[in-house]
Amino acid sequence: MTKRSVSIHVPALTRVEGEGSLRLRIEHGEIQELALDIFEPPRYFEKFLEGRRHHEVLDTVARICGICPIAYQMSAAQAIEQAFGLDPGPWVRDMRRVFYCGEWLQSHALHVHLLAAPDFLGFDSVVGMAARHPEVVRRGLRLQGLGNALIRLLGGRSVHPVGACVGGFFRAPDAAEVDDMLEQLRAALPDAHDLVLWAAALKLPQDEQAFTCVALRHDTDYPFEQGRIVSDDGLSVPIEQYEDHFIEEHRPHSTALFSLLHGAPYLVGPLARLNLNHDRLPAASLSLLRQTGMTFPSNNMFHSLLARTLEIHVAIVEAIRLLENYRRPVSPQVEVTPRAGIGCGATEAPRGLLWHRYELDDQGIVRAARIVPPTSQNQARIEADLRRSLRQFGLNRPDDKLRLRAETVIRNYDPCISCATHFLKIGVTRR
Amino acid sequence: MGKPSIAVHKFSSCDGCQLAFLNAGEELLNLAELVDIKHFLEAGVADEYAHVDIAFVEGSISTTDELTRIQRVRACSRYVVTLGACATAGGLQALRNLDGSNTEWKHAIYAHPGFIHTLDQAEPVSAHIKVDFELWGCPVNGRQVLAAVQQLLFGVAPLEQRDKVCMECKRQHASCVMVTAGRPCLGPVTRTGCGALCPRFGRDCYACFGPAGNANTAALSRRLEGLGLTPADVARRFLFINNHAPSFNEAGKKHYRQGFSDD
Repeated sequence: MTKRSVSIHVPALTRVEGEGSLRLRIEHGEIQELALDIFEPPRYFEKFLEGRRHHEVLDTVARICGICPIAYQMSAAQAIEQAFGLDPGPWVRDMRRVFYCGEWLQSHALHVHLLAAPDFLGFDSVVGMAARHPEVVRRGLRLQGLGNALIRLLGGRSVHPVGACVGGFFRAPDAAEVDDMLEQLRAALPDAHDLVLWAAALKLPQDEQAFTCVALRHDTDYPFEQGRIVSDDGLSVPIEQYEDHFIEEHRPHSTALFSLLHGAPYLVGPLARLNLNHDRLPAASLSLLRQTGMTFPSNNMFHSLLARTLEIHVAIVEAIRLLENYRRPVSPQVEVTPRAGIGCGATEAPRGLLWHRYELDDQGIVRAARIVPPTSQNQARIEADLRRSLRQFGLNRPDDKLRLRAETVIRNYDPCISCATHFLKIGVTRR
Repeated sequence: MGKPSIAVHKFSSCDGCQLAFLNAGEELLNLAELVDIKHFLEAGVADEYAHVDIAFVEGSISTTDELTRIQRVRACSRYVVTLGACATAGGLQALRNLDGSNTEWKHAIYAHPGFIHTLDQAEPVSAHIKVDFELWGCPVNGRQVLAAVQQLLFGVAPLEQRDKVCMECKRQHASCVMVTAGRPCLGPVTRTGCGALCPRFGRDCYACFGPAGNANTAALSRRLEGLGLTPADVARRFLFINNHAPSFNEAGKKHYRQGFSDD
């Protein structure tokens, strides 16, 4: 074993959303220190939600994340409706799924092509990759654009959409808009199909490891906005019991809190969803998955990329199914009558389970709020993965290779923090 | 002469305004042909203090580290352009400035508040450095951003849109949600840029593009009270996405009591 002492500091991770860095110190062939530092400045959303009326919450929480505002809006709407004892009915449920399909499409296509793929094809950024693989990049940008168009159908704009409200939507699209959207969705199916096969053929690192998956699970459907919280080690609880099983810890190097399930790290996101719900895939997506020859559940974390591409296919298939049965309702929203109470909401953001809890008074004013985003749930898992992946990769490899592998491992989780990679100032000390 | 260069910097924000570039599709690739992108972490390019022609800044200034970074960004950029509500007006997070809540909120959320190095105020970029051009909106509109890039590259000062949302509603033939449905719309004092999205969706504008030129907030406040809004509701309307923008801040504070209380 080498005697060298290595210290790698990636001050700003690139191709991730938000601000994070990596500290790694290796001495005498052992990892002495490893930390994914999240220094995204806190903005205190949970505090300034207090005193706001229920109808301001969706426009507020959207601003937590520009890449997955719909996830925040949907978890919040569900929680507030639960507190008010309100059921918005099947039309709203279907359209929320369609809305969510748009976000998965947009976010997954962005991550696969602009953030992750350059790692596996050997480029620094999508710009370099576009020169050598123009068709792959163009296909990805088309799918991302389609996701944005689907969001606009119900939300008006793709970042911080304005269409959703507690009780439903402000506006129902007319039949002509839906037909036009359906045409675009159907035309994109071959792109999604080819994308999955392309991802399955990519040379991804083989890195099997044990981890616990957590996701929503619904009686019949692939989970977007409904279901119980389940894990692959036997947990199955209604969303209201989240706090009985999961706790958040605050560690010194992070402005994000670390979530633990029964005291241990766990995974949320596309791979966890697919591992726990592959029997809930729409028939067309399941048959496509079979065509790849890949089987799930998988314990290779790098299969997250494949799961993400398959979920792009799921989103298109699901949006087509729901929009084919589209009927314009008399009203796109049900009437909302505030009452004092507590409500929980949990939906599957592109990056995984997003849990909200609100306490409201009889005027519908928020008195307390709690929000647990996917990335804080994955943070402990990412660190655990880094420790073993780097050991498996070989701690005596050159610094730049170690750094790239570490960044690739981190990006594979699509962490929603903020960025940094290839030009990291790295400090290397050898003894 | 080489290609003009740009950088995209992120401060305290949601990343949504950067998506004006990342969501641009083919136009992103075209832009990459026209300019040299020197720094844009989310896109995979990092050289934070490279000298550039245009630096786009997303996010407000809310930590000691960000104070240092923004000075350096100014020093190495020919033009500094703010991208969206946080960079231009402080964003939602500037709500902590209202009652000086930073310390209290930090202690409420974090078990070890000593590890959190935030400034007491979250402020717009222009509170700390000279800004050459401001793009409003939460989020900014992608077309505006790409148009501003083109205009700056041609050496023209970008055209500032200061019209009110009301003007845009008329252009779009949207019926007025305040007149027809009694909704507490902020369109009369809000700058356009969104395309009058909310009124077209049948809802009241919530001012995500910030104050328009000559915004008559006093008259609108009286109208909102006439619609039945309590003083706290009027305060909530103005003290939202662009709460730190001077005209909204002033209008909101006239009705504001700590914690948006009505007592």
